[in-house]
Amino acid sequence: MECSFALVGKGYVLVAADTTAARSIVKMKSDEDKTKVLSPHLVMTYSGEPGDTVQFAEYIERNIRLQHMRNNHELRPQSSAAWIRRTLADSLRSRHPYSVNLLLGGYDEATSTPHLYWIDYLGTIASVPYAAHGYGSYFALSTLDRYHNPAASLEEGLRTLRRCIDEVANRMAIGVGKFKVRVVDKDGAREVELPPSVSVA
Amino acid sequence: MELNGGSVVAMVGKNCVAIASDLRLGNQALTIATNFEKTFPITDRIIIGLPGLATDVITLKERFRYRVNMYTIKEGREIEPETFAHLVSSTLYERRFGPFFVEPVIAGLTKPSEGSVPFIAGTDLIGCLTLPKDFVVSGTASDKLFGMAESLWEPDLGPEELFETISQTLMNAVDRDAFSGWGAVVHVITPDKVITRTLKGRMD
Repeated sequence: MECSFALVGKGYVLVAADTTAARSIVKMKSDEDKTKVLSPHLVMTYSGEPGDTVQFAEYIERNIRLQHMRNNHELRPQSSAAWIRRTLADSLRSRHPYSVNLLLGGYDEATSTPHLYWIDYLGTIASVPYAAHGYGSYFALSTLDRYHNPAASLEEGLRTLRRCIDEVANRMAIGVGKFKVRVVDKDGAREVELPPSVSVA
Repeated sequence: MELNGGSVVAMVGKNCVAIASDLRLGNQALTIATNFEKTFPITDRIIIGLPGLATDVITLKERFRYRVNMYTIKEGREIEPETFAHLVSSTLYERRFGPFFVEPVIAGLTKPSEGSVPFIAGTDLIGCLTLPKDFVVSGTASDKLFGMAESLWEPDLGPEELFETISQTLMNAVDRDAFSGWGAVVHVITPDKVITRTLKGRMD
């Protein structure tokens, strides 16, 4: 069961995606990276129809890179989000639409603020403090409603993310496996390790 | 319409008009965001409300901005509310057999030299215009909005009375609708300014 989470903290955005590649009930791979670093201060997670996902993510990645090279300046998160949304919205009313859901996290160097966008395959976009895609969203959003703090340190943010993943692991009928976590802040995007899970009574 | 949820209402007052929307963005029963405004300024005297499928709400907001900018450049003047309503209608009818899933509501005042006359209009998803004299409702709570507006609205309300009327109408209607709510934003357009206020609402 594919799922991805993201949350905003004090000066950073955390994004996480599960790492299983499954076909029907068969797990084909357990270390699939469903995140992409689009530019130094922009990361995204992608999920949806197999085939569409990688194709679309690479298309986005290369175009954001092209924009960076042409202008010698990276596209800001708001502008990147608007362009990605438009690409999906145009695709929706084409002969073969992409079926890809995204969480886009970025750090705007001009205003020193983190941004998080929830984008679905229809081209719906929402600027949110925390977000989730997939079945995991039914469990994780309640956890985030309770524990999310926009002024939290990175350590605290990672602990909240861990709570979400543990909640999903606890309550979902099918296991989700390991998660790949990336953070983006003023120093750029990088991979981070989740803290160990704390057992809940 | 039930995929993302959301409602909009507009009302006529004395030398003023009001338009209000809720703030919910959902995916069926799951709430995704609670800061999703469905009203967009077109000129200083016109505001459009676009409840419906959220992707089309954003696409149309962008398309109207483009078309109004083109109109302003070509004509060398601001667009009038009635003209804009027809622009909305024809933009939607262009997609007659593959429509945008929105039901727009337009609120505006005519230019001061023509007496700042209140104007409201609504259309269906393919651009069929309705031009009522009192109020327009739209979105997932439209049936409840009809009931509330029908009992609260009266002619010749001033800006502050109109604000109270439209706020109570929207709040009490969306509280009976599972797909709308989570607060609201209200705009009252008067000849010299637009009063915008954000309301808190029930969070269930």
